[in-house]
Amino acid sequence: MAIEIVQPSVGLSKIAVSETHGENSPYFAGWKAYDENPYHEKHNPSGVIQMGLAENQVSFDLLEEYLESNQEATSWGKNVSGFRENALFQDYHGLLAFRKAMASFMEQVRGGKAKFNPERIVLTAGATAANELLTFILANPGDALLVPTPYYPGFDRDLRWRTGVQIVPIHCESSNNFQITPEALESAYDHARSMNMKVRGVLITNPSNPLGATIQRKVLEQILDFVTRKNIHLVSDEIYSGSVFHSDEFVSIAEILESRNYKDSERCHIVYSLSKDLGLPGFRVGTVYSYNDQVVTTARRMSSFTLISSQTQFLLASMLSNKEFTEKYIKINRERLRKRYEMIVDGLKKAGIECLKGNAGLFCWMNLSPYLNEATREGELEIWKKMMEEVKLNISPGSSCRCSGAGWFRVCFANMSEETLEVALRRLHEFMDRRRNGQKTHDLSALAQVQSFSLGDICRLFGERSKDLKSDLISSLSDSR
Amino acid sequence: MEVALNNNTHKLLSKIAINDGHGENSPYFDGWKAYDTNPYHPRNNPSGVIQMGLAENQLCFDLIEEWIKNHPEASICSPQGGFDFKEIALFQDYHGLPEFRGAIANFMSRVRGSRVKFDPSRIVMSGGATGAHETVAFCLANRGEAFLVPTPYYPGFDRDLKWRTGIELIPVVCESTNNFKVTLGALEEAYDKARESNIKVKGLLITNPSNPLGTFFDKDTLKTLVRFINEKNIHLVCDEIYAGTVTNGNEFVSIAEILEEFPTICNHNLIHIVYSLSKDMGFPGFRVGIIYSYNDTVVNIARKMSSFGLVSTQTQHMVASMLSDNDFVDHFICESKIRLAHRHEMFIGELAEVGIGSLESNAGLFFWMDLRRFLKEPTFESEMTFWRIIINEIKLNVSPGSSFHCEEPGWFRVCFANMDDETVMVAVERIKSFVLERRMLEIKTKAMAKNKKQCWQNNLQLKLSSRRLEDIMSPHSPLNSPMLRAQN
Repeated sequence: MAIEIVQPSVGLSKIAVSETHGENSPYFAGWKAYDENPYHEKHNPSGVIQMGLAENQVSFDLLEEYLESNQEATSWGKNVSGFRENALFQDYHGLLAFRKAMASFMEQVRGGKAKFNPERIVLTAGATAANELLTFILANPGDALLVPTPYYPGFDRDLRWRTGVQIVPIHCESSNNFQITPEALESAYDHARSMNMKVRGVLITNPSNPLGATIQRKVLEQILDFVTRKNIHLVSDEIYSGSVFHSDEFVSIAEILESRNYKDSERCHIVYSLSKDLGLPGFRVGTVYSYNDQVVTTARRMSSFTLISSQTQFLLASMLSNKEFTEKYIKINRERLRKRYEMIVDGLKKAGIECLKGNAGLFCWMNLSPYLNEATREGELEIWKKMMEEVKLNISPGSSCRCSGAGWFRVCFANMSEETLEVALRRLHEFMDRRRNGQKTHDLSALAQVQSFSLGDICRLFGERSKDLKSDLISSLSDSR
Repeated sequence: MEVALNNNTHKLLSKIAINDGHGENSPYFDGWKAYDTNPYHPRNNPSGVIQMGLAENQLCFDLIEEWIKNHPEASICSPQGGFDFKEIALFQDYHGLPEFRGAIANFMSRVRGSRVKFDPSRIVMSGGATGAHETVAFCLANRGEAFLVPTPYYPGFDRDLKWRTGIELIPVVCESTNNFKVTLGALEEAYDKARESNIKVKGLLITNPSNPLGTFFDKDTLKTLVRFINEKNIHLVCDEIYAGTVTNGNEFVSIAEILEEFPTICNHNLIHIVYSLSKDMGFPGFRVGIIYSYNDTVVNIARKMSSFGLVSTQTQHMVASMLSDNDFVDHFICESKIRLAHRHEMFIGELAEVGIGSLESNAGLFFWMDLRRFLKEPTFESEMTFWRIIINEIKLNVSPGSSFHCEEPGWFRVCFANMDDETVMVAVERIKSFVLERRMLEIKTKAMAKNKKQCWQNNLQLKLSSRRLEDIMSPHSPLNSPMLRAQN
């Protein structure tokens, strides 16, 4: 270890000492709680269940089955003769076979409603890198990107940290199901201008994280008209495009552009990744698809900092160019996610909890606002802490996603088995029951103190239920001593 | 797909996007174009351009392929390794697989003859050394601040360290008169120059072993550098990407060894190492870049930044398996050195036969060839002219010294490990033929010049000899100038 030498402190960059990486936020407490006490069906059935991680674990069997039946294609061939060429391949254009496979997969995910040209596909190590890279290309330090709230917390780091670019939120409200409105767009734009920031573009996530809902065609058209009018860019992060429960409910910006004959399309760029749809976050497969030639060229050059391992390109080129496999995968994956969604939404409903009507993604957007002690961020964090500590569920509070209204939570459902999901729902159900009773208990004891009623009187007032109430009351009274 | 281009969008992109920071508009890409349009192939295109501008290590793939055949469990796609598929595919923790970090630390140690140990918890991943350099720059310097870099240096640094970070590179001039060694005087001069221009120097970047020189720093020079940066309180970034290509026994000294042997020589928080498997193992496609810092904060921050360039877990898994096999690692390192030494000696020996020298070196995948005497004038224009001759006539793509910011014209980097033995012989033959032809020409033209002097005294003799002159003169001969012809 380093010897302590008394020196003036060593200078690091401003970027290094800033907090823009976002990891010192209070929300990491949830992760800590999980890390220290992770749920396990057998070994730790009372541990914290991780519902804050948007991972897709429902379709691994399909991937494993593919690998088993396609040994030749996914290995380096007999005598590993393909190894050398693969290990040496570092061309930032990427493996042509892989780009073709990605283009074809992206088309299939959109039900063939849009075409993708492999020459426009730029490869990056994950969507994290793709979003940062695009930001470097589209904006200068100090400029602004408009992003609808609530949004994926990672954007604060990906779009801002090393680029020096700002995010100005486009406020979306629960009153209209968090849809993006032209007024909200204009308002965000004006707000940025009032702070002397040059607006460079709008970045949308479609389907949305954390809402778990697709953006309607009409809204997409409005957004496209808005960016055209303002002469700015539009980035559409379509990382969840393969996780839509019904194929006809997703409209990609690619479709809109195609329907407009690509007029004015050079301001549009799509980000995609295999981390969610295929459940392969570890492989770091992201892409920037731009309709702007200069952006494609520049992005490709920048991708040198974040190329995809040629070993992984090779494996996935084989997998994704097998159309029989991809068609089957997309269909079954979709159905399983839909099933999971229905399961969680029904379960929550039974517990008295409503969700935003969603149709995509690996999570649901749960509404606990009726149960907050106060309709503020503090109230939200209070119930969030209870979720962590009492219910032992790690879920993501809306404030971490910059949501305007308090009380919304993102709950992931695809990163666990069905059994675990059932356990989680059961816990929530019990918690909600306790809370309902608990609230009455709380009120009663205060009432009892003020009115000097006897415990027996109160129980008689509540009749049949009094037995449960009595025991709750007794325990709450003894606690307060 | 027809996409209407709008000139307006040029203004809609960032400064970074429209500047030349990517480095690809330099004239040196001519060499690459020449190769791409006419690549050598022993059977299909035996007169094509031979690629000697690419520092790749292709000498030991047989050893690696053998290992892979015998270890199917290293691949998560095989039946033996498939059990881990799901866990590996889901793992995206930026700390990296523990077994990966352990294997890298182990490999880095063994490459240095196990003379020093590396702590796996200081190992941070990046998108190749390219990504590592950029990340380190982001961590250590602000926009407008500078790093000192000894010349000649790898051209990629101009992009990697400057493009998106906005930092400057200030050359520390090294000269052939002392074999391009880095001197304290040159360091001080560069540092002072920066100060005079009001540029804040944040660090010194060295590549050890050096690209393009192929030499490594001796212990005393390293100590001098360390004392220098410590005194100025600036960082020292050591790119040791070629550490495993040293062919001269145990003489290579890593900065890690300096810190271990002389722990109080400096503030350890100033020292950072960049590494990669692209050169030592020959895996550039796998994008395995490593940042190893002795500064806890830098490890921490660089690790967070590594989210922008993590190594694919599929690759982490394979590398972990391979590089923790000590029998394989030791054998590989040893055999690689032997083959590199042999290849290097072959080239140097053959070229010496025709009087072509190079900087004495015993590392890297290239040597630094001295072609100064072939330049008409000791200028970079002459260097470029001669370089075009090398590409177009000798049909070899080598890299001119000016592309490495070398201050003296006439030096060329020649890569030798990216081809098979037969191609080596073809390249060597081409060089030798060219030199011999040149020499013949020089002899003849010298003889002609002497002859001509005598002929001018006799007109009749001049007519006869001018006919002979035209018979044997090459268009490149300086004697073929219009000035001379006018004399007849």
